[in-house]
Amino acid sequence: MSQPKYLLFTGCVIPYRLSSYEISARKVLSKLGVELVEMPEYNCCGYPMDVINHDLMLTLAAKNLCTAEKVGLPIMTLCNGCFCSLNETNKILKEDKKLREKINGYLKEIGMEFKGTIDVKHLIYVLSEDVGYEKIKNAVAKPLSGLRVAQHSGCHVLRPRKYVGRDDPENPTTLKDLIRLTGAECLDYMDETECCGNPIIGVNEDVPFQMAKEKLDHVRSVGAQALITCCPFCHIMFDLNQPRIERAFNEKFNLPILHYPQLLGLAMGFSPEELALNELRVKPTELLNLIK
Amino acid sequence: MTEAKEYVPPVIKAEELDPKFKYKMSKKHGAEKVMVCFQCGTCTADCPIARFSEFYRPRRIARMVQLGLKDRLLLNNALWLCSSCFTCVDHCPQGVEIAGIVRVLRNMAVEDKNLLPLVYKELAANLMKTGFVYEIPESRLQKRVEQGLPPLPKTNLKDVLKIFEVTGSAGLLEKVQTIAKVESK
Repeated sequence: MSQPKYLLFTGCVIPYRLSSYEISARKVLSKLGVELVEMPEYNCCGYPMDVINHDLMLTLAAKNLCTAEKVGLPIMTLCNGCFCSLNETNKILKEDKKLREKINGYLKEIGMEFKGTIDVKHLIYVLSEDVGYEKIKNAVAKPLSGLRVAQHSGCHVLRPRKYVGRDDPENPTTLKDLIRLTGAECLDYMDETECCGNPIIGVNEDVPFQMAKEKLDHVRSVGAQALITCCPFCHIMFDLNQPRIERAFNEKFNLPILHYPQLLGLAMGFSPEELALNELRVKPTELLNLIK
Repeated sequence: MTEAKEYVPPVIKAEELDPKFKYKMSKKHGAEKVMVCFQCGTCTADCPIARFSEFYRPRRIARMVQLGLKDRLLLNNALWLCSSCFTCVDHCPQGVEIAGIVRVLRNMAVEDKNLLPLVYKELAANLMKTGFVYEIPESRLQKRVEQGLPPLPKTNLKDVLKIFEVTGSAGLLEKVQTIAKVESK
């Protein structure tokens, strides 16, 4: 099989405050033989603008898709939100001729046209479908045996089913399987598929904090030593906001939240520094002692 | 024992109803199937927001659309509490995309009532200024280089602004009054 080659779409929030995700993803993908090409030019995926105007979201997303079509490569996203808007827009515009004509009308104003020639994938599907479990398993040089973690895939990498259609949103297994390849144990816990709450944190903090607190409770109750995410927004909710959640509920979690490529990277033999683990808000000091 | 309060049902006046509203809604992408909602309540039962908010109820939103309670819907701040997790969409036995309906209503609140939570106006302003919804400080961009990451490509802002203009979004954003925060209780 030829080497997988993707345009990396980092979106906004990763370069803004979560380079650790990008750094670790680039490290592991490079070693796994996935070639990443930089987007020549891009803008926000469009997702946050959907609340204002649906056509605006579709057109902003389509502009990025047109750029990728011009390069002639599929897009890989690291963010669930970017995956949601780019993948959904791509599928809708490929299927709905009338809507495609409308959006192409807007795109014509900037000299672009959506043709529907590329695909959009999230990191976890590039790993599971293109790289394959066998190759990842073989790349694990330092199995994380004895480590017990839990996963939070997040919503938009799974839902809505009719646009994603890869993993089962009611019982997702992709991220769990990917975690198990590292040698770590992946624990089941209550309400695994519940949303992190981050998307509405800008309008209301009470609800998202309660949602995230409940999730941290459930993860802790099964004895997980870390929570593994594959979306920057979920990660911010559980890592960056963890001290605030602790203060709001007068609880101490001290639960490290790792981006999946950080966990995989450790198992592949990268150092914590190479994977930017020092950038996490909740320091994984104990965790790193466990796997030494 | 305290006496239970007598339940007084909220009154809906007939002149409040827009009988054509559901037809208008069902022509919008994402809200096509609103009329076949049979009020089973699966969406509300499975909604992670409804568990923690006393007044965000997706089933009620679908019913209000069917009844044509347009103004009550568009002026209701609960509209902004949906986290778009799409659980309701995946679980609806009738294939009604509740999250899609909420999105259509949000778009209408912006267009017809000029209402928008402040955070989205700020994100849009950043997007029009930089191409990204967050204004990434120069020090961050510099740090990328130090960390061995490739420089972030510059957005073609002229094209982004054109998209805001031709979709009518720039005009909508100029007119909106912002909602600071939305209460959940």
